[in-house]
Order: sequence, then structure tokens, then C-alpha cells
Amino acid sequence: MAVVEVRQLVKEFDGGRVRAIDGVDLATGEGEYLVLLGPSGCGKTTLLRTIAGLEEPTAGDVLIDGHVVTGLPPRARKIAMVFQSYALYPHKTVFANIVFPLRAARMDRAERERKAAWAAELLGIKHLLARKPRQLSGGERQRVALARALVREPHVFLLDEPLSNLDAKLRTSARDELKRFQQEVSTTTVYVTHDQVEAMGLGDRIAVLSDGKVRQVGPPVEVYDDPADTFVATFIGSPPMNLVNRDDRLVGFRPEHLLPADALPNGADREKVPLAVDRIEYLSGDRHVYGTVTGIGEATRVVARLPATVTSPISAGETYDFAVARDRLRFFAVDTGERTEAVRL
Amino acid sequence: MTATTAATRTPERAVAPAGRRRLADREGTLAWLFLMPSVVYIIALVAVPFVLAVGFALSDVTAGNPSFNFVGLRNFRRIFDDPVFWRALGNTFIFTGISMVLIVVLGKVLANILVADFKGKWVVRFLVLLPWTTPVTLSSIAWLWMLDSIFSPIDWLLRQMGLLGKPGALFGSASNMYWLGEPGLAMASVIAVHVWRLTPLAAVIVMAGLVAIPRDLEEAARVDGAGYWRRMFEVTIPLTLPVIAVAALFGAIFTFTDMAVVDVLTNGGPNNATQVLTSWAFFRGIDGGDVGQGAAVALFLFPLLLAAAIAILRAVRRMEVR
Repeated sequence: MAVVEVRQLVKEFDGGRVRAIDGVDLATGEGEYLVLLGPSGCGKTTLLRTIAGLEEPTAGDVLIDGHVVTGLPPRARKIAMVFQSYALYPHKTVFANIVFPLRAARMDRAERERKAAWAAELLGIKHLLARKPRQLSGGERQRVALARALVREPHVFLLDEPLSNLDAKLRTSARDELKRFQQEVSTTTVYVTHDQVEAMGLGDRIAVLSDGKVRQVGPPVEVYDDPADTFVATFIGSPPMNLVNRDDRLVGFRPEHLLPADALPNGADREKVPLAVDRIEYLSGDRHVYGTVTGIGEATRVVARLPATVTSPISAGETYDFAVARDRLRFFAVDTGERTEAVRL
Repeated sequence: MTATTAATRTPERAVAPAGRRRLADREGTLAWLFLMPSVVYIIALVAVPFVLAVGFALSDVTAGNPSFNFVGLRNFRRIFDDPVFWRALGNTFIFTGISMVLIVVLGKVLANILVADFKGKWVVRFLVLLPWTTPVTLSSIAWLWMLDSIFSPIDWLLRQMGLLGKPGALFGSASNMYWLGEPGLAMASVIAVHVWRLTPLAAVIVMAGLVAIPRDLEEAARVDGAGYWRRMFEVTIPLTLPVIAVAALFGAIFTFTDMAVVDVLTNGGPNNATQVLTSWAFFRGIDGGDVGQGAAVALFLFPLLLAAAIAILRAVRRMEVR
């Protein structure tokens, strides 16, 4: 049974002028880490807030544990949410922040203290309990927010870009912590982010959203390797998938699959393409080669990402023989952008 | 065009525009320039009258005999012997205390209405702010009619509801309440008018505080399972406490220093039952002509107001959490 499910969910703002969520169907598995990924304004946060009960959907239903909760207030939904700002109560100590949901649930004092101690232990914030939120670092605040979410033993965690307030270095370790934390408590989690690295790293499955619609749902590998349409293909991956126009199709291939012909095994089923190189970037061991390909379709500017293991000498201004393994080519319809079956080049 | 302007437009200036400090760059000079009007204003209208009042309080100046003779603390001894002074002092505290509490509570309620999003909120906001925008004397006169001993519409309403004017009715069998004629009712009336006219101010101040609370906090509390009252008392009010204190301070000072309401409504009556320090100082010093005594009574406001202001501002600083 799905822990969280939304059915034909629609959310309009300004009397229907803005459609933030446009008929979304989505369900999480038990204990699953589902990431909602999309650019700003794609409706991912609205979707999360609708699941939380902070927004009322215009149409459709939200189900938690198989029960329709669409009309219920947030407190009746057995959910816990971590906000982007963490939303810690600034006038309360860390301890008071953590027990606040328990006091709201009228739990007795001894039980509250036991739960708070357990959560503080799990997140390593025992020494911070007497402090006020303003005396904490960003990472510590995140852990307090998680502890506050955890003590209620919710059926679902809803996390709204919890890492975006941290600096880049802290973000990596906080991401790791988040993942380990979720594995430890194995609670179903819906996680919203616009950062594909977070999504790929954290999610059991990723739901890619754009313009209020779900474009694709699947495990990170699937979303990356087999994008359902050109939006997913170009939104995920850095640099994004190369797309080359050929008649009524778009031929797509990831930068790391466009390699010098001599770097691909000779017998492999490959598509040879000449690449006129105009610029090279050297980024953390990889070479990003910018150039124009011909031969697949219209001449198009593309990027190739050469791993450190490929040592073929390449310099700007020259044309080289590159190749893509045929099974790495993806095809999309020009008009709709949707995936189509492979065609013979 | 003047010579100076022409000079600043020469090519050399254009090449090095940063070469000369303009008036707008001199923050020290500017600070004094901008401060001067208010300094002059405060000296002329606050400091000078204050010094004068201190002088008068220690003199025997009267309206009939303005020659200054130092009499020490005689004026103070005389007002201390006067039971009306003590009554006025007590009333000032009663009026201020009760109005302050009501102003803050109702102001918080109104502020919630002001920030709420509903159809027709503009009309409601306009109506809410109306009492504050009306001049005190004007609204006091309106209230004078509302509380009239014979034609009071409030009495009429009570009579229509069967609460007044019948044997066994809740408010008695007399046909009128005589709001301003009974000491207790007169005091209640004065407080009611103060609350009515100052609540909008408090509401606007508290509203500013409410708007400044991040929406996340309110939503986090909702997700955490807190109901309306818990959110109000554990999240909203603690976070707006500093502004609520400011609203209380304003409410207290405006009630404490106001004499228009008492003057128009009851003229201190009946039998000095609603006399406050300001009105008593006025009656003594201006109407009664004993400027020295009037000044002595008025001076009593100063240390009390000062203490109240310091107390509340210190409380605000201690409570500030952000």
C-alpha cells in the first residue's frame, strides 16, 4: 500500500489564472525516498504543501496510508515537515522546539523527555538542547528541525529543500547525514529540490516535474539514462544531454558517451561523428570538449565529457573523429519532445 | 545659470568628479542639519514649558497676580491635602491600567482581523481605523450624545431588548442608565471611549508585528499539530511581544496624558468621580487661575510617565528574541 498518494491533483492560484499543479498522479512505496525534482516554479513545493495540508487542492485527492486526507488539517495527517528555513521557533530552546509537537499532542512529560532524548541522541545534538536556535550553525539547525520532525514518529517526512540554506561544503556532508538518517528510521520521505545532484544522490526514485506536470518517475539511473522526454534529458545531467536535429527526430546522447573514436573499442557498434573542436575546459579531472558535430543530423554545437582515463590529445581548432555507442543514442520527436523508438541513422 | 554651477561643469571637474565633497557627502553636517528642526521643536515646545512648569510649581503665580514669588513646596503640600488630587491620581491609574489591558487585548484581536484575507476586508479595515483618525474632541462629542442622560441610543437599544425600563429588568426599572451621572458608569464610560479610540492604533502596531513573523513558523506549528490557541500563545504572541509592549506603552501614554475625553464627557464629574491628573491640573491652573497649583499637579505626570516609559522599554529589550 502506498504511504502517500495523490490522485489527479490540481492546484490553481489567483482564481484559475495560474495552474501550479496540473493533474498529478504519484504514489510512494513503504519506506521510500521519493524526490520531487524540477526548476523553480514547476509546482514541486506546492505539491509538497498540498500533501502537508498547508494548501487545499483545487481538485483531486491526497491519500495517506490509504485514507483520503484532502480536507483534513495538517495536524491530522501523521506527517512531519522540514522547511527550507527550518522554521525553528526562535524564542524557544532546542529542547522546547523538539518537544513542541509532543506537547501539542498532549503527551505526558516523562514520555516527552524520553522521546526528545532519543531524537537528540540519534541526531547528535544532545549538547545543544539548552541553546536557542540563533546560537546554532546551519547544519545544527537542520538537525534540530529533523529531530522536531522525528519525535512525532510520523508516517511521512516532507522535506522542502532542507539543504539550500547551507554553504556548498556543508551541503555534501548534510546530504550524507540526511540519507543515513532516513535509512536508520526508514520512514517514507518526500523530498523537494531543484538540485539534481541532491536528487540523484538521495532519491530511491525521482519524480521530475515541469509546469505542474510529472514528466517522469523512476530510479535515478532510469531518469538519467532513459529520459522520457527532452525536458528530463536536458534538465538532468551536467552538462545536459546533447540533442541533434535529424528530420522529425531529435537524436540525444550524453556528453560522457561522445568520445574520441579511438577510445571506444573497435568492434563496438558505434556511430562515428566528426567533431570540430572550438573550446576545451578542464574540470576536476575531466575534459569538457565543446565543438560542432556533423554527420548525425544538422550541424549542432555539443559537449563531450572525456574522463581522465581518455588521454587522446585534443586541441581547439581541429576536427577529430568522435563516436557514440549506438545503444547510447536516444530519440525524441521534434514536435512533442517525447521519447520515440530508435531509428537507423 | 549661476557662476558656481558653471564652474562645477568645467571639463576638469568632469574628469575627476570625485574630487570635491558635496554637502550630500558630509554625513556629520547633514546629521546636524536634519536634526535641528526637531531639536528646536523639542526645546521650544517641551523643554521650555517643562522648565516653566517647574518654576510655576514652586511659585505663587496666579492668573490674577502673575508676579513670581518663590514659595518652596507650599503648592505641593496644598495639593496633597486635597482629597480631589488623590482621587484624580487614583483615577488616572485606574483609567490607564484598565484601558491599557483592554486596548492591547482588543488591539490584538483587531490586528488578527486586519491581517486576515477575506472578501470585503478593505471596508472592515477602513471601519477599524476610523476611530483613530477622528479627532479626539469630535469623537468625544459623538460619545457625549451616545451617552446622553435622556436620548442615549444605547439606553434605547437596552429598552428595546427588554433589559432596561421594566420592573425586574437586568439594568433596572428606571427608563435611563444615566451613563455620565453615576460615578461608576461615568468611569466606565471614560474608559470605554479611551479604549474605543486607541484600539485601532494598537491594532496597527500589532499588525506590523504579525506581518513580520515568517509564514514558515506559523505553518511549522500547524504541521507540528498545534491548534489555534496553542499557536497564538506559544508562537505568535511570544514573537510579537516586543511590539505588543510598544502598543501597550502608546496606549498607556495616550490615556495617561489625555484630558479631552474627560473634559468633554464628564468635565471631571459627577462630583469629581472621573477627575484625572490632566483635567485636575487644568481646572486648578487655568479655570481656577491658581497657576502654581496647576503646575504642581501637572508635574506629577512627569516622573510617572518617565518611569512607565523606561520600564516598558527595558522590558522590550529583555524580551527581544530576534
